[in-house]
Amino acid sequence: MNLADWVVLLGTMIGIAAYGSWRTRQVRSLNTYLKGSPSIGWGTIGLSVMATQASAITFLSIPGQGFESGIGFVQNYFGLPLALIIVCAVFLPIYRRLGVYTAYEYLGRRFDDKTRLLCAGLFLLQRGLAAGVTIYAPAIILSTVLGWRLDLVIVGAGLLVIVYTVTGGSQAVSLTQKLQMAVIFGGMVTAAIVLLAKLPDGLGFSGAAHVAGALGKLHAVDVSLDPTRRYTLWTGLLGGLFLSLSYFGTDQSQVQRYISGPSLRESRLGLVFNAVLKIPMQFSILLLGAFLFVFYQFGTPPVFFNQSEWRRLAEGGHAETFRGLEERYAAAVTASQAAIRDWVRARESDDAPAVGAARAAMVEANHRAEAVRAEAKTALVAADPRAKTKDSDYVFITFILTELPHGAIGLLVAVMFAAALSSKAAELNALGTTTTIDLWRRLRPLAAADEARNVRVARWFTALWGLVAIGFALFAGFAENLIEATNILGSIFYGVTLGIFLVAFFFRRVGGSAVFMAAVAAQASVIAMYASLNLGYLWYNVIGCAICIGGSLALQAVLGPRMPSHAGRTG
Amino acid sequence: MTRPPSDLPTDDEPGVPGFRTWRGVYLFVLGWFVLVVALLAVFSRFFS
Repeated sequence: MNLADWVVLLGTMIGIAAYGSWRTRQVRSLNTYLKGSPSIGWGTIGLSVMATQASAITFLSIPGQGFESGIGFVQNYFGLPLALIIVCAVFLPIYRRLGVYTAYEYLGRRFDDKTRLLCAGLFLLQRGLAAGVTIYAPAIILSTVLGWRLDLVIVGAGLLVIVYTVTGGSQAVSLTQKLQMAVIFGGMVTAAIVLLAKLPDGLGFSGAAHVAGALGKLHAVDVSLDPTRRYTLWTGLLGGLFLSLSYFGTDQSQVQRYISGPSLRESRLGLVFNAVLKIPMQFSILLLGAFLFVFYQFGTPPVFFNQSEWRRLAEGGHAETFRGLEERYAAAVTASQAAIRDWVRARESDDAPAVGAARAAMVEANHRAEAVRAEAKTALVAADPRAKTKDSDYVFITFILTELPHGAIGLLVAVMFAAALSSKAAELNALGTTTTIDLWRRLRPLAAADEARNVRVARWFTALWGLVAIGFALFAGFAENLIEATNILGSIFYGVTLGIFLVAFFFRRVGGSAVFMAAVAAQASVIAMYASLNLGYLWYNVIGCAICIGGSLALQAVLGPRMPSHAGRTG
Repeated sequence: MTRPPSDLPTDDEPGVPGFRTWRGVYLFVLGWFVLVVALLAVFSRFFS
């Protein structure tokens, strides 16, 4: 990165944070601090919901997923539009009618305090950990490839987000997210244009798509019924529906983004905006990854994209082995390039048998190159059993740093930080709000009337969670595949939380004690199953939810009709 | 199984050109989703 990159990076990041803090410095009302501006429009709500979900992991890991495994990951989002319709029709009107600050406040009114505290506690645990991942994930990758100190990146980004989130609360979060999304869209479009421009002459979009498709990277819809496959139409529709319903309907970091609108209409349209655009957006990012794969078929890709890790181990006693692998991979890539060019020429000839033979040769050559890459990963582990062998998260950032012009590099690094800050701000905002409303105000009910004190406390809790996330990011080690790690974590907790909410909405004869006991049993079951079974993680959303609902109904039948005094409780 | 509480806010009009009710908006989203999945399947097939 040169001076131009630094100007773009620091200008956008610090500029947006400073603007957000300055514009919201006068926020004194608890309602505005926790729910945001009452005049917010559906576009801002929609972008805010989108920015909260799309963390830096989205823009670092998903192109890598497209590069490594193709675009099948898009199926993970198939349940999202259906879930958002349900949230619009069922969840949102109830939250707005009750005027709650948090989703868990509703559970206190519908059931009792222990159920509200259970869900708030699960959220704080799960989202508190995820907030650490949100900042750690991009920091580890960017510090590795840019040679920055990891701890400085974590602390710098963490403090920046704390400043404006604590200052302006929900209003600052929504305001900055809108600007950060503009940076993200601008940066990703720039990267896509550069990528297409750098494809070999005559290949173009269609040619690149044909190459990617022939090499198995464009298989978007898989109708397989194999339950061990992670991404199929069915896991996407069913597991993705439950995951999205839990996330958008019951996770305070999302609920807080859309309950803030001036009317039900604005909130609904903000969610519809996401229901319409999310799958095309994820598809575009995955397709970018698949095209990166094609781009590197015609270039000189490294045998292992995490070059820092590769060099670290290559300098040890295995230098000869590593050099041999690099040479073999270079030869395999050259052969693969020749095979691809032969296939492209054969396709122009309309000679079907020649096309078939060339295609088979191309696939075979590509498999040989991939086999060398697999050997390289084995060699890494042989050199150091703790070596990080997953390099797909480094593919896109490698492309950015080696192929983009200066200025654009700064913009794309700003994209990663903008995404990290936008989702982390929403998380801190939600963690601070939940701690204030669901915990602190329950312990100090008399303090609820003092609005200024509530705002002060919310600010302190937001800052505290920010520091916890920084501490967690500094000292914790995480799973290799970052995006899946956060999704897996979510799936373990989300299903049960969703089950509690669905019981609250649809099974009015079930009371607090039954749903509480069923939820605890369901959570224990999901954790035990995750530890012992090899099941696609999206299924745990369905299982946790089903056990919670079934258990609640069964326990209520055993306990007898619920006490009428619970029905009208207020939180 | 019971229905969600019936005393919800009035389902105000979506105010989107071409849609008079929220049910229409939801059907549009559903239709859009089916179209996108179908296009993805066609895209996969065309380029595979």
